[in-house]
Amino acid sequence: MYWSLIICAGIITFITRFSMIFLLKKDILNDKAKKILSFVPAAIFPAIIFPPIFLDEAGSLDIENNPKILASIFAIIAGYFSKNIIVTIFVGLISYWFLIFVYYQ
Amino acid sequence: MNNRLKTLTKGIIDVSPLMIPVVPFGIIYGVIGMDLGIGSYMTLGLSIIIFGGASQIVLLQLFSGGATSLVILSSVGAVNARHVLYGAVLSEHLSGLKLFWKIILSYVMTDQAFAVSNNYFKKNNKDYNQHYHLLGSGFTCWTIWQISTILGIVLGSVVPEELGLSFTISLTFLALLISDFRKFKNIIVMLVSGLVATIGYNTIPFKAYIIVAALTALIVSILLTLTDLEKK
Repeated sequence: MYWSLIICAGIITFITRFSMIFLLKKDILNDKAKKILSFVPAAIFPAIIFPPIFLDEAGSLDIENNPKILASIFAIIAGYFSKNIIVTIFVGLISYWFLIFVYYQ
Repeated sequence: MNNRLKTLTKGIIDVSPLMIPVVPFGIIYGVIGMDLGIGSYMTLGLSIIIFGGASQIVLLQLFSGGATSLVILSSVGAVNARHVLYGAVLSEHLSGLKLFWKIILSYVMTDQAFAVSNNYFKKNNKDYNQHYHLLGSGFTCWTIWQISTILGIVLGSVVPEELGLSFTISLTFLALLISDFRKFKNIIVMLVSGLVATIGYNTIPFKAYIIVAALTALIVSILLTLTDLEKK
């Protein structure tokens, strides 16, 4: 690992965060653009969420007896009804631990 | 308590629940860094200089896999592309600030800080000191991230892999989406993003599956928004 690589990666990360805040001025976004931008988290987070849940370490699809899929479904149900972030995470993690340490043993 | 301090405190309180899964994430990162043998200074250095969990883990994975600098840096860019869109969303609220503030707030703008502060900005659009909310949420993330990185460095390989703590990374991002679970269009967008990323994980080069999936899902969002406007 080189410090120069870390610093370049840091600069890239900073630029992605800074660019729009620096460039865009107030009122540049119309209602349509705002409506579309409101979809941004829904468009990005699942791309981070899905692969580690549905793929195994070798990168192949792993659907049968996958505790991560079941635990995620429990977390989604908990989130849907509670609308609470901590409840969602805890239900997901505790059901995951139950599945791997008790149910699948 | 004056208004700025109140808003700053609100930011700290609002983001705190999201810090619970950040702790194991930071520990996992620290453990991975030490396992790869880059040493404690560089492991912590990445957390301070880059300050982005997904970027740091992608960087370590690709570096240990022997990828070239160009591939590593373009992958970090792809993983970070979502921040460009966060910036576009927040710019409306932050455009009046001095350059110094924009630099500081950009540095601490993480997924978690964006999620809670954007929510606050929408509800308190007239609050002149609303940027203090992002300062509070962002620096809370920063502090927790550095502390948990150090914990990971110290713990090294003591944390049992069997606990499956890496699953909390997925759960964290999942929990950030709970307000979208009741909206039909958002569910479609989420499924498109997730499916493209899962299918593209092995097929899209440079670990660019995140940005490809996000752009595809955004195109779907645009189509859904436009068809909705035509109906009216």
